[in-house]
Amino acid sequence: MNATTLPHPTRRLILQGAISVALIGLGNLPFGTAHAAANDKYPEEAFRQKSEADAIKALYGKTAEPSDKIKLDAPEIAENGGVVPISVTTTLDKVTSISFFVAENPSALAASYRIPDGTIPAVANRLKMAKSSNVVAIIEADGKLYSATREVKVTVGGCGG
Amino acid sequence: MASSIRVRATNNGDVTEVQALIQHPMDTGLVKAPNGELIPAHFIQELKFECNGKDVFVANWGTAISKDPYVKFSFKGARKGDEIKISWTDNKGGSDTTTAKIA
Repeated sequence: MNATTLPHPTRRLILQGAISVALIGLGNLPFGTAHAAANDKYPEEAFRQKSEADAIKALYGKTAEPSDKIKLDAPEIAENGGVVPISVTTTLDKVTSISFFVAENPSALAASYRIPDGTIPAVANRLKMAKSSNVVAIIEADGKLYSATREVKVTVGGCGG
Repeated sequence: MASSIRVRATNNGDVTEVQALIQHPMDTGLVKAPNGELIPAHFIQELKFECNGKDVFVANWGTAISKDPYVKFSFKGARKGDEIKISWTDNKGGSDTTTAKIA
């Protein structure tokens, strides 16, 4: 680009500078909230995300790949969406955290568990489901994310419906 | 008041299995009371299990955990008679702590 042909070279430069600063600022933002699962802090931002993909991104800052080493146990049909027993076990090594997401819930992230050294990577809990939905378990092992998905049909929703 | 937390921790040699049941409304903030007013969100955010001075399991929970939550996990490195400490805090600043002996 030849600055001398432009009407106000200095103004153009200043504008370009401002834009690149703004872009750098935007690029930095996600890092502030990512990797919350690795810390002790409650991942407020991730729990506020509506969609499953956004919640995974906010919690871990990366995407997961499906794995057949994860066994996600959930009922095919849940009569009461208020209490859906869901458990997960895995044969993956070096598991550091396990999270549960319900795709169709008002906010997708249901629970995130930190698995310290010496704790067996298996959790059972009971979740609320607003309606029939995919339930996703995400397991962080050796710095990578793995997922397993099951569909659960709900006949009565768990959100007062 | 009796503790809100009921724990059963059983050891069979290497592995200790822990089951916990907590009394808590776990209100989502989306449900209306019979008088038409929204029941404000009230749920446990953090639940921590410690054994011999070390965190063995930490849960971060949202509103999608069922009322009166139940959780089960297992860990290694504890023996019969060791004490396990369980504590939770909710979004309104409420909390409770209890200890249980591993049987």
